[in-house]
Amino acid sequence: MSKTTKPNAAPKQVKNKVSGAPRIQAAEPVAAALEIRPVRRTDLDAVIAIDTMVTGIEKRPYWNSLYQRYADAVATGQHFLVAVKADETIGFAIGEVRDWEFGAPPCGWVFAIDVHPQARLAGAGTQLLNAICDNFRQAGVSKVRTMLARDNTLILSFFRSQGMMIGPFIPLELELES
Amino acid sequence: MKLQQNTRLALYSLLEFAADPERQISAAEIAEKYAVSSHHLAKVLAELSRVGMVQSVRGVGGGYRFVGNARRLTLMDVISRFEDVLPAENVNSQPTPVGQALASVLSEIDEIARASMSSITLATMLRITERFPV
Repeated sequence: MSKTTKPNAAPKQVKNKVSGAPRIQAAEPVAAALEIRPVRRTDLDAVIAIDTMVTGIEKRPYWNSLYQRYADAVATGQHFLVAVKADETIGFAIGEVRDWEFGAPPCGWVFAIDVHPQARLAGAGTQLLNAICDNFRQAGVSKVRTMLARDNTLILSFFRSQGMMIGPFIPLELELES
Repeated sequence: MKLQQNTRLALYSLLEFAADPERQISAAEIAEKYAVSSHHLAKVLAELSRVGMVQSVRGVGGGYRFVGNARRLTLMDVISRFEDVLPAENVNSQPTPVGQALASVLSEIDEIARASMSSITLATMLRITERFPV
């Protein structure tokens, strides 16, 4: 799905000379509108750059695989959305409806969401989450879940600000000795 | 999870103030609403004023006003002013295997509590408050 209003004229794409990541332009005289739409192949470099900037790890094969599996939401029920402002991809959200995993009735799962650090605090994350939740509602589910590292206070705080509370699951793990 | 009374009073007060930051609210008004001693509450408010979360307003009406940033101030920011938030194993460390095993389990619970309290801002708390009937 796409929520679009008329954008302003696109500024020149500028890449950061050190990381190669897209650099967010300084504020235009009139704020450009934010568009939320399904991912396109041309968004991938920006998505990878944002993820690399935030996590410190470039995972190009992972993102290419995700694009292959999630780009066609209509056919697969999976959703890979991007936030675009002034022709720059500034954020993304990925999720899908999962049936009966961990014994739970079908619900929507958001397993990746992020916004370029320089573009945060302007509502892009909220709009991405709202858009993916709209997709989940259309698929007939009434609950959305996510999971994240407990030391990721920033993203935890974001999900909390959207009204999410701790769910009924406890993630467990075990080191597998070789 | 149990919070000490001073901590709860601090959170109640801050949320009352942050819900209407333009309004001056007296300690007596909050004390009556939460059925606590004004004297006790005054000490809590003095600490909140000292750390810059509220401001005492002199003059007609008096009272306090919220001067923090509700979108940045977290529950843990407040709790840590009134309680020892060190992990359990630091407080009650026991070098025996049983002691270390218990400390590791307790630390799981502590870590989840810390993550929750550190990620919930006063602004988020006010939204949660709206879900409950008056």
